[in-house]
Formats: sequence, structure tokens, C-alpha cells
Amino acid sequence: MRLTASGISCVRGGRALYDGLSFSLSNGELLLLTGPNGSGKTSLLRQIAGLLPLDAGSIVFEGGERSEETHFVGHASAVKDALTVSENLSFWCDLYGSSGALKGAALSKLRLAPLAPLPGRVLSAGQKRRLALARLVAIRRTLWLLDEPDAALDAEGRATLLEIIAGHRARGGMAIVSSHTTLNVAPSQAIALGESKETVAA
Amino acid sequence: MPRTPRMKMSELANPNRFMRFSRWMIPLFAALALPLLAYGFYLGFQAPPERDQGYMFRIMFVHVPAAWLALGIYTVMAVAALGTLVWRHPLADVAQKAAAPFGASFALICLVTGSIWGYPTWGTFWEWDGRLTSMLVLFLIYLGIIALWRAFEEPLLAAKAVAILTLAGFINIPIVKFSVDWWSTLHQPASVFRLGGPTMHAAYLTPLIFCALGFSFLFGAMLMVAMRSEILRRRVRTLAIFAAQEVR
Amino acid sequence: MIRALASLIRRDLKLGVRAGGSLGTAFVFFLAIAMVVPFAVGPDLDVLARIGGGMIWVAALLSSLLGLDRIFGADAEDGGLDLLLLAPLPLEAVVAAKGIAHWLITGLSIALAVPLFGILLGLNATTVAAAAVLLLIGTPAITSFGLIGAALAVALPRSGMLTAVLILPFTIPVLIFGSAATQSIAAGEYFGTPVKLLLAVALFSFVIGPVAAAAALRIGRET
Repeated sequence: MRLTASGISCVRGGRALYDGLSFSLSNGELLLLTGPNGSGKTSLLRQIAGLLPLDAGSIVFEGGERSEETHFVGHASAVKDALTVSENLSFWCDLYGSSGALKGAALSKLRLAPLAPLPGRVLSAGQKRRLALARLVAIRRTLWLLDEPDAALDAEGRATLLEIIAGHRARGGMAIVSSHTTLNVAPSQAIALGESKETVAA
Repeated sequence: MPRTPRMKMSELANPNRFMRFSRWMIPLFAALALPLLAYGFYLGFQAPPERDQGYMFRIMFVHVPAAWLALGIYTVMAVAALGTLVWRHPLADVAQKAAAPFGASFALICLVTGSIWGYPTWGTFWEWDGRLTSMLVLFLIYLGIIALWRAFEEPLLAAKAVAILTLAGFINIPIVKFSVDWWSTLHQPASVFRLGGPTMHAAYLTPLIFCALGFSFLFGAMLMVAMRSEILRRRVRTLAIFAAQEVR
Repeated sequence: MIRALASLIRRDLKLGVRAGGSLGTAFVFFLAIAMVVPFAVGPDLDVLARIGGGMIWVAALLSSLLGLDRIFGADAEDGGLDLLLLAPLPLEAVVAAKGIAHWLITGLSIALAVPLFGILLGLNATTVAAAAVLLLIGTPAITSFGLIGAALAVALPRSGMLTAVLILPFTIPVLIFGSAATQSIAAGEYFGTPVKLLLAVALFSFVIGPVAAAAALRIGRET
């Protein structure tokens, strides 16, 4: 599978966050997006996911359907307070057409297995984040779109995140990861957003 | 210099043609509307008194065109909504937004004149007659659309949301109209006086047509004025955003 | 796909039933209207029985509009709505499934509350039975139209009242035919026409509701 973005732009609230952005990603590669808050990292990920329309340019998926091959992990963890950890994950497995066979492995990988019968409302922010990341492991998909996935994670959680990303790439998966911290993901490419704005300010 | 986004430029570029074109279309429409209305009203006041209600029928020359326009403007808005969603025409949502208050106003004029007409003829300001009730529902739909416009901050997002509501309403209004008619015949054996239909005498029909045309041109002129103000309002908004960026 | 949608309905039902859910709110609100009507029109059971058939529909309509903005609002807040939009399913089907779950929690409980409503307003058994059955057709139609308002509400932060205002005109046909059918049955008259028209409006709502709501959700996320 191959993802090619050519000349994409994003206009928010009357100003261009980025204009004419192009990149291409193939199996096993990871694109790291960096930049300050409000520089358009989230907008770019949402455009790639198809949640936000492109203001210019195009994004082409070769060898797969976007809706069948994409994982999106946004800022919010989409954890329901009233459902147990296990129910939360099972629901997304069902909705995304996964058999749930990897669910147990996903929970233990993210150190959530002991929490499985507990309701979402008792989880800490970091635990909720890990539950969101467990989706990545439980449901096999080629392209991961991760918006600051290390937010709220402790050192151990961050190590687990790097581990699952590495495993994903080893299996031929692709990932686009945004981060405003130094996340040591060994990117094959990187885009620093918000550069143009610096020149505006100067 | 800040980079000017491409999208915004096209948005400003296209209305420029409209701004030029409307500058002479507005006086033209107004110039057509006034003599048409004046002649229509003149003929209307010349028309002989009606057998049952004397001179009271004269309110019809405002009431009936208002009813037609209230319906017609919704159609205009539905077409504009298609323009927003399907063709993504930058003027479509401006037209849609500008037209809604006029639709609501004509619906209100229709209801109020109907009431004034109804009091001496039916002996009551309000009758749960099928037509009146449908017009009241249409008026409420207009108010809902205006409220939805006001609820959004970002005009382009508002345009799309309102377009969906307008189209859903457009499909639904005939059903509401049918159900209200069905309901009113159920409850109201046709005791209501009704002027109208193809049997109307030419002495009433001719002024009515002149008035309807006059009001239509008046609406056209007012719509263009409102569209111009909306375009200018959006330019001010865009300029304010650019100005804020410059400072940063 | 059926499994995925069934799972969505099951999840929303769990959310409605468990702590913090809205099960019972519509039921109680519906009965609360039955309680306030006599305060407004007086406790004369003859008068109440005469208007009761129509009051059931007014109460059902208002109760169904209650909490519409939460159908997608809760998911929008916790980020789940993005994942629903990205799921490999037609969005219209996802919207319909959420509508079904919402109806099972609100509309169904309203239909079940009709006998109590009937006792409070002194309605006879025929009226109560007719209204309960007809509400099983009418309330899904109201919910279905309501989905449009619920989807528009997602893009709007403070939208509770607005949703109801936008949707009320759409529900007028349901009210007219539902109420007319109830009253025809109660009066022992021919009721085929209003029942058929109510069914027609309901079928229409099942199409336009999910389609328009899905369109509104798509654009609502573009912020």
C-alpha cells in the first residue's frame, strides 16, 4: 500500500495553516509531524483520515481502501465511562469488523488486562490513552494516524507505544505521527509545520 | 507578508462580478417594482366592491402576493441550498442567507393581512383553516432557519448546515401542507369564505397580477441589497482575521 | 455489517441503562405532562377524557424531543464520533442504528407509559390501546426526524432548545395523523385513512432522517 499526498492545503479561520504540502509514504515507513500548537498537525491528520475536506491538492491511496485500512487516534480517547475496559474495546472491534481475536493480546500489551472488568470512569488519563492505543493492536490496519499519541503517557507507556509502532512497521504498516515533544520513533520522514508563520512574525 | 490562502481569493473574486452587476440591477428592479405596484394598487382601488365583503377584499392585493412570495422564496432558498452543497457556488449561500428574512417577512405579512381580512369577514382574527395553518408552519420553518444561521460563527459551515435543513424542509413542506389540508377538512367543513380560484373576475385578477409582479421585483431588489451587505460583512470579517495575523 | 450495527445498538442501550444514562427520563416526563394537564384545564374527567387522546400525542412529541441533542453530542465530546464516521460502514446505517437505540430508550418507554397516562386522564381502554399501538409507529418517526436536529446540534455548542425548534415543524404530520387515528378509533369511526397516512409519513421519515442527519454529521465535523 502507498499513500501519496500532493499539494494539499488547509485553510482554517481565514488563514492557511499549510499550502502545497506533498509527501509519499510506503510500507514500513513513518512520517513524523512536528510543530507548535495550532500549526496544523491535527488538521493534516484529519485531512488524511478524510474527516476534513482538502482545500487544495489530492490524497491517493494505492492498494487499499482508506475506510478499510486506516486507524485514527485523536486527542480524545473515545472511552465511554459507563462501559468496562473490555466492553469499550470489544465495541470498536465489532464496529471495525475485527473478530476480536487479538483483543486479549491488545489488553495485555497495553497493561490493561487487570483493568478489563473495571468501568471507564475509574481510569486515569494515561490509562484511557492506553485503551485508545489498544485499538491499534486489536484491529489490524495498515495506516495509523496518531495525533500526539504520547500525551498523558508515562515513561513505561511511552516505551510500549514505541514498541507497538516498531512492531507495526516491521509487519509492513505505515504510520503518520504528530508530536510536539521529542518522541523517539525513528521516522523515515519528517515535516515541520508552522515554519511559514515564523517568517510572518519576523 | 502573510500568504493569502487560495480559497479566500476565489471567494472574494467571484462576488466582485456580482457586486458590479448588482449595482445597476438594484435600481432597475426598484424602478420596475414601483410603477408596477402603483398601477396594481390603482387598479385595485378602482375595482368594484365585492358582493359579500364590500371593499375589504382590497387587502388581497398585499395578502396574496405575500403568500406567493413566501412560498416562492423558499423555492429560491432550496435552489441556493443545492448550489451550496452540489455546485459549491460562493454566492449560493449568500443568497440563501439573505433570502431567509424576506421569506419570513412575507409569511408574516401574509398572516397579519390574513388576520386583518379575517376579522370583518369571518368574525375572528384567526381561523384554523388549512391555508393559514400551513403558512404559520412555513413561518416557523423560516424562523428556525434564521435561528440556525445565527447559531453558527463560521459562515461556510453555517451555509452547509442550513442548506441541509432547507432541503430537508423543502422535501417535507408538501407533506406538511397535505397533512394540514387533510386535517382542516376533517375538522372544518368548508365554512370559510374563499376568494380565488380560476373563476376570479378580471377586475380583481389584473391588479393582483400587477401587484404580484411588483412585489417580486421589490423582493429581487431587496435581496440584492441584502446580498451585498452580507458579502461586505464577510469581507470585513476576513480582513479582520488578516489584520489580527499581521499583528502576531 | 449487521454485527457491527447490532453491536452499536447494544452499546448505546447499555449506555442508556447504566448509571448516567437517560432510561426513564422520557417515561417520567411523559407522565409529568399527564399530571400538569389537569392543573391547566381543571380536574373534570369528562373534559380530560375528551382531550386526552390528543394530549397523549402532544406529550409524546415533547418527550421524544427531549434529549435529542445527546444522541450524537456525547460521542462528539469524547471523540467517539470521529471513529463512528471513520468506521467501514455507511454513515446512514450508523445514524439509523443510533436512532433505533435512542428510540428503544425513549419512544418505546413512552408507548409503555400510555396506560398510566390513560388512567390519570380517565381515558377508556380502547383509546389507551389504540394510542399505545399508534405510538409504536409515531414515535420512531419523530425520532427519525429528530436525528436531523441531533446531527445539526453536533456543530453547535449550546443547541438544546434550537434542536427542538427546528424539528417541531417536521413532526406536524405525525401529530396530525397519529392523533386523528387515535380519536377515530376511540370514537369507533373508520380509521384506515389516518393509520395508512401515519405509516406513510413514518416510512418517509425513516429515509429522510438518516440521510439528512448523515449529511449534517459529515459537514459538522469539518470544523
